[in-house]
Amino acid sequence: MTLASFAFYMFATVTVASALMVISARNPVHSVLFLILTFFNSAGIFLLLGAEFLALLLVIVYVGAVAVLFLFVVMMLDIDFVELNEGFLQYLPVGALVGLVLLTELIMVLGGSAIAPDMIAGGPKATTDDMTNAEALGRVLYTDYVFFFQTAGAILLVAMVGAIVLTLQKRDNPKRQSVAAQNARRRDESVEVVKVKPGQGL
Amino acid sequence: MMLQTDIMAILPELILFFGAMGLLMVGVFNTSNLSRPISWGAIIILLVAATVVLFQPGQAYFAFNGALLMNDFTALMKAMTFIAVAGSLVLSHDFMHQEKIERFEYPVLVLLASCGMSIMISANDLIAVYMGLELQSLALYVVASINRDSVRSTEAGLKYFVLGALSSGMLLYGVSLIYGFSGTVNFQELASLGFTGNDIGLIFGMVFLMAGLAFKISAVPFHMWTPDVYEGAPTPVTAFLAVAPKLAAMALFMRAVITIFPQAQDAWQQIIIFMSLASMALGALAAIGQQSIKRLMAYSSIGHIGFALVGFAAIAGENSAEGVSGVIIYIIIYAIMTLGTFACILSMRRSQGMVENIDDLSGLSQTRPFMAFCLAVFMFSMAGIPPLAGFFGKFYVFRAAINAELYTLAVLGVLTSVIGAYYYLRIVKIMYLDAPDDEVNLPMPRNLSLLAGASTFLMLLFFIYPKPLVTVVDNAADAFLGVDVQPGYVHYQGTPK
Amino acid sequence: MYEAIVFLPLLGAFIAGVFGPIIGARASTYVTSGFMVLVAILSAVAFAKVAIYEGPKTITILEWIHSGNFEADWKLRIDTLTAIMLVVVNGVSCLVHIYSIGYMSHDPHQPRFFAYLSLFTFAMLMLVTADNFLQLFFGWEGVGLASYLLIGFWFKKPSANAAAIKAFVVNRVGDFGLILGIGAIFFTVGSIHFDDVFAAAPALAEGNFVFLGQIVPILPTICLLLFMGAMGKSAQFLLHTWLPDAMEGPTPVSALIHAATMVTAGVFLVARCSPLFELAPSAMTVVVIFGAITAFFAATVGLVQNDIKRVIAYSTCSQLGYMFVALGVGAYQVAIFHLFTHAFFKALLFLGAGSLIHAVDNEQDMTKMGGLREMIPFTWLFMLIGTLALTGFPFMAGYFSKDAIIEAAFAAHNPAHMFAFTLLVVSALFTSFYSWRLMFMTFHGKTRLTNDQLSRIHESPMVMLIPLLLLSVGAVAAGFAFKSLFIGDGQAGFWASSIFTAVDNHILHDLHDVPKLVKFSPLIMMVTGFVLAWYYYIARPDLPAVVAREHELLYRFLVKKWYFDELYHFIFVRPAKWLARLFWKGGDGFIIDGFGPDGIASTVLNVTRNVVRLQSGFVYHYAFAMLLGVAGLISWFMLGGGK
Repeated sequence: MTLASFAFYMFATVTVASALMVISARNPVHSVLFLILTFFNSAGIFLLLGAEFLALLLVIVYVGAVAVLFLFVVMMLDIDFVELNEGFLQYLPVGALVGLVLLTELIMVLGGSAIAPDMIAGGPKATTDDMTNAEALGRVLYTDYVFFFQTAGAILLVAMVGAIVLTLQKRDNPKRQSVAAQNARRRDESVEVVKVKPGQGL
Repeated sequence: MMLQTDIMAILPELILFFGAMGLLMVGVFNTSNLSRPISWGAIIILLVAATVVLFQPGQAYFAFNGALLMNDFTALMKAMTFIAVAGSLVLSHDFMHQEKIERFEYPVLVLLASCGMSIMISANDLIAVYMGLELQSLALYVVASINRDSVRSTEAGLKYFVLGALSSGMLLYGVSLIYGFSGTVNFQELASLGFTGNDIGLIFGMVFLMAGLAFKISAVPFHMWTPDVYEGAPTPVTAFLAVAPKLAAMALFMRAVITIFPQAQDAWQQIIIFMSLASMALGALAAIGQQSIKRLMAYSSIGHIGFALVGFAAIAGENSAEGVSGVIIYIIIYAIMTLGTFACILSMRRSQGMVENIDDLSGLSQTRPFMAFCLAVFMFSMAGIPPLAGFFGKFYVFRAAINAELYTLAVLGVLTSVIGAYYYLRIVKIMYLDAPDDEVNLPMPRNLSLLAGASTFLMLLFFIYPKPLVTVVDNAADAFLGVDVQPGYVHYQGTPK
Repeated sequence: MYEAIVFLPLLGAFIAGVFGPIIGARASTYVTSGFMVLVAILSAVAFAKVAIYEGPKTITILEWIHSGNFEADWKLRIDTLTAIMLVVVNGVSCLVHIYSIGYMSHDPHQPRFFAYLSLFTFAMLMLVTADNFLQLFFGWEGVGLASYLLIGFWFKKPSANAAAIKAFVVNRVGDFGLILGIGAIFFTVGSIHFDDVFAAAPALAEGNFVFLGQIVPILPTICLLLFMGAMGKSAQFLLHTWLPDAMEGPTPVSALIHAATMVTAGVFLVARCSPLFELAPSAMTVVVIFGAITAFFAATVGLVQNDIKRVIAYSTCSQLGYMFVALGVGAYQVAIFHLFTHAFFKALLFLGAGSLIHAVDNEQDMTKMGGLREMIPFTWLFMLIGTLALTGFPFMAGYFSKDAIIEAAFAAHNPAHMFAFTLLVVSALFTSFYSWRLMFMTFHGKTRLTNDQLSRIHESPMVMLIPLLLLSVGAVAAGFAFKSLFIGDGQAGFWASSIFTAVDNHILHDLHDVPKLVKFSPLIMMVTGFVLAWYYYIARPDLPAVVAREHELLYRFLVKKWYFDELYHFIFVRPAKWLARLFWKGGDGFIIDGFGPDGIASTVLNVTRNVVRLQSGFVYHYAFAMLLGVAGLISWFMLGGGK
């Protein structure tokens, strides 16, 4: 158990620290990289809880897809992030104070659960004995939770429609490939051979 | 058999969803601009869904293993929401056409948002809450910035999105706290655990949950997005944002808080009272300084939410039913008069385009007497002047507050409504007593005048014939309390096998 | 028929008032006057039917207020007393309407004037036909309103406005008493219907009630409160100051309202309430004392006035005093009889004076007149008849009624009856003197008019003279013709139930048995007054100035009307103004506006400015506000605020 505890605290510390760096790093590329680190450590915590399917999902989907997409976007957009961050220090004291108060209170309350575990009425069970994570998820995803699953699908549909609505520029005459026209083209229609004398130009 | 019940239970949502998909397909595969027929199609789908809702079984029942609850309360709120959405779609045609932002995706997104609202209203566990909320919100973020060529509209959408994400985060944080401390997300199971105000961890979860939900109804201090988004979004979208999501979110807010924490009433009541007071005061005070009528409506809606929350705070003890009906009546009347007001605002059109300054209304009574009359009725109603419906809305919530012995809240509420009356009456004064300027308003489009006229009629009718609404609302309130507050009510156990 | 009598004037007022600008001045005057002629004829018929042939009747028009055990309906109560008042009111009103067609012919606001006149008539009819105290009060206030409007008819004249307001305010003092009286009646009897109240009077006479720890007898209190109302309306001593000022209104108004009808409302009220007063001897004594003082006081002031209308106004005041003395000694019939005859000759005097003023270019100062007899002979003749009737020349109207009052005062058993008798006899002398002084100063002697005025002097048109003629017939014959009916032996049958006399009240019988000297005293006084006036103003015109100089103090006292206006100004008006200023500037302006509307409004605006500034437009401000909200709520519960 001590090893598990040690691992937990390590993952947790790195998660929190890198999350902090996500919002405080000057370079946005660094922020995204720290985000990836956060994801990895969260995956570690999931593993400790025995939720290996979720852990891998996190690595594959979030790290592999989402964060990398982020990285591309951030690198492709030429945004002056220094300017955006200018107001940061100005509000830091007040923000930090409020954050600190909130943090203290949360620690005081939630810390209580470590001292008095009875406070938690009935904790969730991460694993079942006789089946794997993936199987357990698969059993309920299309049965008990089919409604939520489908709703999530609807949400993604909305996201897709929304993205298209907000970004798709319709042109009046988009250039499309016309294979027939390409095949029908002859050399003499499109190429003109011109003799050019050296040093004279056209 | 059970699946059939479940399907029947979510029939309205299915109609909305598949309707939206169908319309989307029609829109995508048609090269000509069909946005107006698609919009009418969406209206019809909404009305069909509303009808289906009203014909669903009257007694309370659960669907999808207790994820959703259907009873008279949810039916009433859903039907009202669908009708309000349909109304706001009716408002949009002319505007969208004239501003050249007619896009077939708008009705589709609105339908999907309505589907989310419907889920919110029925939600009976915390996952459903979040799902419904996100489905609705995501669509709303998009429609707020539907006029993507306008900086104001995109800015509005972006602000709404960022702050909405923050509020969702808070909500989720609250949900995880609650789940962490209880091990369940089902409303009835949570209620049966009997949390009181002493379970401080749960209370934290509750605060975050309420913060996330309060954002949706734009209660102070989670209201800050409201004026900017209302002003920036295209006016018909503002009309939509101001009405339907408020109905749904208010229903969800009440159900979530009251069902989950029946024993911790002392705690949530304080939060509601604070939000109510702050909203009423801010709504009244900040609206006075506004020049744009859309911004004014934003603050006005914040204020109205404050008044509705007065009724919410009064849901306690024996008089709970009074509080519940107070909130429902208030929010329904609010919806009707807001739609009517927006019909008038959308008619503020001059030869060079739309105007939205309050001063542009000057002398309206001489140039457009019908519009001026309707708007005056709405303003008087919003100010809570008898015998218009708005007065009765306020009357019901304040009566509930008095009976719940919340005297301070009632007194302060009445005071803020007096301050609020100032800016409503100022509009009436500008319309009726000021001289018209040189520019003349174009005549009201037929759709809008019909809608404004109908709303005006309802405002006046309520005084004469309040019985239908009051009866329906009382039933809904009984259903609300009968099912939810009593712990130990039969519900589905998870049956994965 | 009775409905027509009451409501035709209202219809006339409505037509002239609302449609006056459309149908024009001429049509308005004819419509209202036509209605009044009709109403006057109907009134005469009603008088004959009710008072002589058929007896009293009550007509219900509408239900009015039914609340708890409080009931008041619109009803017309027509008995002998009402019938007499109908004849007086409608007769005089009709003649005044006709007269006004001529008198107001040059005024640009004729429809308004006639609308007011008809409105007044309607209100007066409501008053006299009332079946309960509330309806009476309605009429009472209605005539007050009409009086206000008519006194201030020439609203561009500041003095007219001031007079109108004064009349209204002074009347309000009386009305205060009246409404308290009505309240007391409802409190004690539980009904305000005349019949119920009068039936309960004997019980009330026994009762007491406790007020501010004092035991107060009910009936005298009620009677005194009602009398207070009567004092205001009938310009009795202490509340008389508005009446002379009211002469700012057009002269026909003075004739109708401030001589013949409205000012007699107080007399009518007391007569109507005879069942109450008759059982409250102490209240009766007060009535006698006030009546006598008024008669005397007004007569003395009348001696020295130079404004012709004011002289007649004080004369009216004085004659009202006579009527109250008659009421006070229990001779209600005599009072009403005097009211009846007085209406004719005083209206005649006023309208005659109006004709005179009309003739001399709106000049009202008698010192600038004189010698007008040859130039306007008809007016002189009618004024002479009026004067003779007023002073009580044998067989004229006043001779029967006024002399009867003096005899009644002598014959009465009231504690104050000799006091009253003495004052009344002296007043009769004064009355004769100032009346003849008026005649001599205006019509006789050398003219003091300017040549300009003389060149334009003219006799009034027929439309003004005919009403005068009709009134003079009344002034000559009313007393002679109706004496036996009103106060003769058959009076009990004539009055029937409309006037109540106690069992031991034999005053009408007793007044015939007074000593010869008493009987002749008014006549002697009249002759003496005439002779004195002749001596002072015809034989020795220089003498009045000498006398005035010799008795400067007394003269000034009289000219200044016993300094009542100054006294009231000092006691009431100035403190009231001071108090009002204090409340206005200090109370309303500083405290209520400062801390109330203005203060709150400016605070609200300040707060608004700050709240609006919060809305900065920056997303992170908004997000921060949300965080603050959550943190605040959490801390609240953390620190135990939730408990």
